[in-house]
Amino acid sequence: MGYVAIKGGQAAIEEANRLVDYHRVKSGRYLDVETIKAGLKPLVDQVMSESSLYDEDLAALAIKQAEGSPEEAVFLLRAHRSTLPRMYYSETVDTRNMRVMRRISASFKDILGGQILGKSQDFRHRFLDFDLVNETDATVAKTIASFLDLAPEPEPLALTAIPKVIDYLAQQGLYHYPPLDDATPDDITKKSLSFPSSRSQRLQSLTRGQSGAVISLGYAELRGFGISNHPNIGELRVGMIPLEVQGLGREEPYYFGEIEVTEVECFVAKEVKDEQQQVTKTFDIGYGITFGHNETKTIAMSILDYSLEQNDKAHPTSNPEFVLLSIDSVESTGFISHLKLPHYVTFQSLLDGIRSIKEKKV
Amino acid sequence: MAEKPILALKHFSKQYGSGCDHCRDNRQELTKNICPFCQTVYAVDDVSLDLYKGEILGIVGESGSGKSTVLGSLYFNVEASEGEYQLNVPQSQPLNLFEASQQKKTRIRNTMLGMVYQNPMLGLRMKYSALSNIAEKMIAANHRNVEAMVERSRQLLDVVDIATIRMKEAPVNFSGGMQQRVQIAKALSNNPPVLLLDEITTGLDLSVQADVLDLIKTIQRELSISMIVVSHDLAVIRMIADRTIVMVNGRIIESGLTDQILEDPQHPYTQKLVYSLL
Amino acid sequence: MKYQGNYGFLDELSKKEIRRSILKAVAIPGYQVPFASREMPIARGWGTGGLQLTLSLVGPQDCVKVIDQGSDESVNAVSIRQLIQDTTQVETTWHTREATLIQSRHRIPEVPLKEGQILVLQVPIPEPLRSVEPSEEETRKLHAYGEYSLAWLKIFEQIIKFDQGSLSADHPVLVNHRYLMAPSPIPRFDNPKMNYNEGLILLGAGREKKIYAVPPYTEVKSIDFDDYPFTFETFAGKACRLSGLTDVFLDEIIDPKTQTASYQTNDQSYLLEILDEREKEKHG
Repeated sequence: MGYVAIKGGQAAIEEANRLVDYHRVKSGRYLDVETIKAGLKPLVDQVMSESSLYDEDLAALAIKQAEGSPEEAVFLLRAHRSTLPRMYYSETVDTRNMRVMRRISASFKDILGGQILGKSQDFRHRFLDFDLVNETDATVAKTIASFLDLAPEPEPLALTAIPKVIDYLAQQGLYHYPPLDDATPDDITKKSLSFPSSRSQRLQSLTRGQSGAVISLGYAELRGFGISNHPNIGELRVGMIPLEVQGLGREEPYYFGEIEVTEVECFVAKEVKDEQQQVTKTFDIGYGITFGHNETKTIAMSILDYSLEQNDKAHPTSNPEFVLLSIDSVESTGFISHLKLPHYVTFQSLLDGIRSIKEKKV
Repeated sequence: MAEKPILALKHFSKQYGSGCDHCRDNRQELTKNICPFCQTVYAVDDVSLDLYKGEILGIVGESGSGKSTVLGSLYFNVEASEGEYQLNVPQSQPLNLFEASQQKKTRIRNTMLGMVYQNPMLGLRMKYSALSNIAEKMIAANHRNVEAMVERSRQLLDVVDIATIRMKEAPVNFSGGMQQRVQIAKALSNNPPVLLLDEITTGLDLSVQADVLDLIKTIQRELSISMIVVSHDLAVIRMIADRTIVMVNGRIIESGLTDQILEDPQHPYTQKLVYSLL
Repeated sequence: MKYQGNYGFLDELSKKEIRRSILKAVAIPGYQVPFASREMPIARGWGTGGLQLTLSLVGPQDCVKVIDQGSDESVNAVSIRQLIQDTTQVETTWHTREATLIQSRHRIPEVPLKEGQILVLQVPIPEPLRSVEPSEEETRKLHAYGEYSLAWLKIFEQIIKFDQGSLSADHPVLVNHRYLMAPSPIPRFDNPKMNYNEGLILLGAGREKKIYAVPPYTEVKSIDFDDYPFTFETFAGKACRLSGLTDVFLDEIIDPKTQTASYQTNDQSYLLEILDEREKEKHG
């Protein structure tokens, strides 16, 4: 018989699963969750941000199970997220109250509160450090000791209530705050994204977006397939924000703890006409915020937020359907990988169509 | 004229923006019909016009005068801020079409109106065959017989002088003049009583322009379809329009028989336009 | 790994929410109801829409059948059935008649559905106008106005070019004289089965976040032209090599040695039922 019906699927799946389990640990070595949290923080942050679930332990577990693949880890966490009932929303957080660890402005040199470089790879030369090949407990202890020698306080200064650069811009009359919109934000995990989209839907999609996708589209926007304005980073800050929830049987909001976020406001100059019909320039802002420390993604998010606000149909990066429906990690990786599924019936149908065209032509 | 116009537009206005205390009551005094305070644009202000059976009505004006907005509103591409729009054809009730349901607007657009745009990208599906492009309006008007639609499309291609051998090709492969011909064939497909033409010869070579305008005259003569022709070019209007309206800054400044306007222009703007033609 | 979560994976509030969307879909046949599609333990595009419907509806009294391209034993069918079973302990079957809930990808079973049965179809692209209009904002308007000439135009263009209107799977249908609907990529052969069918057909698109339905006894018409009526795949002169059946959708099978084609019933549980019956007749 030339053909065997697709049978034995069950056994094949079990074997494939067993192979996955085996290959994860076949060397006899394994990563523990604490090691991942301690040594792979940027990956943990990326996974939390793309999963829209802030939990370092679960993110580290997902990374372990996914053998370090971010797309797989995000998939695991998102699926887990689906099993959690949504009970509460936090109170609105004013990021002016952020406990700042790092904060820079590329627009003004002297900003109120100062530039705080904090932890950053930006100015490190990217040479492979071969010393790390032979890293030991002793070398690690030495690195820690030498850092503490110079810096008596192990953590950067905990700075709260640092003024925001945007407030300065507004004081100068170069930026006008939009009217306060206190409407309850849309939640795309409770009601699906719809078009025309709201700003809160756009921001939520962007902050959940796959880092690579958000960065690539943000880049495409700058490079010339967008409205092509060079934005300036008004302020990038990384730090901790407190979360509170109202209505747990108490009058006072209940304090849940704090989470780390990265926040960016980019300034984009735009032309407007003044009262005398003279063309003048003022500033608009694009906004980005993500769970954890994700600088490039957050900057890209602010660029895309700005470009999506412009409603300029000529540019793909200003088209909400193009951007928002392309950047989700679980959706894009899932649909691309579904091409691996059998399409025998649909292909047979197509084959039938093409054959009958040929027969008619004969 | 005792005869009822086939198309009547009354007190049509179109503004972009909500207006403010400054501009709402002083539209007439605005320079360039833009409010300096709220940036509201008064694209068209209180325009009325009638179209009679079998005639070609020209609307001439410079870009920004509001003439294409008027035409767009008649094809329901532009939503009116104010005004009344009536088509006096047997099947139609005398109601203000600006207030009709979207379904009714679509039905009227598909059966009673034809539109030809300056930019063929707006009027054609560039990658579908010429045949499908012409059939689109028929399909939209619920025709479901392929052979009949193909036959009708052949006739129309003959009318606009495109060889039937090319009817399965997509307009993207056609010259600008041919694309306009396909658009005209498409606009005629349901035999509408009214045809709307928006700068249809702009950007074409002079000889091609003349051919297309000849075609329009022929169609008017042989099919007795009423038309509104919008152009910035008085030469075009002179060639084909029976009556002409002159628009400046969203308002009608002069109207009358085309010959009369050409011989004895009243408004300084029209005078300038006419003298530059000579 | 032992399953440690809630019955049917999703939390109860989510399941309730999805059931409400299903009710709306049943009330407006063919209309795509948006819903907050959850991420599932299987990948987007692999049947997450269908799975959310199944898991929101399934209860202890149910009997579930899962098929993929006509086969209960295809790897993805196995995988989805396993997930349903792991999270609910529900009874499963191969037999279409026994099942109360059938989740399928790209096929409607050859055995007609009965009252009380639910067929859940997995949908990759729920928007029948998507191939002619890329924007969701626009297609929503077209549905609202019932303006579907674009779908006919696409078929017209195919007729012009190929003298044939229906070319592939997922041929659009008009449901209850109102909404144009993508029947999911079932072969055209299966389209007529939807018309006035006795069971409830639910369609779920997880990635695109839409649920829609064909309630029992609803008119479902494949769109076409008067002089080019809808046609489905023909297997004229061909028969299933194992059963001799001619009125079923056939898979084409190439013999690797002789390079000749033969045909076999695609719906494998139906094929097995027929073969079993004959075996019994022979011996009984």
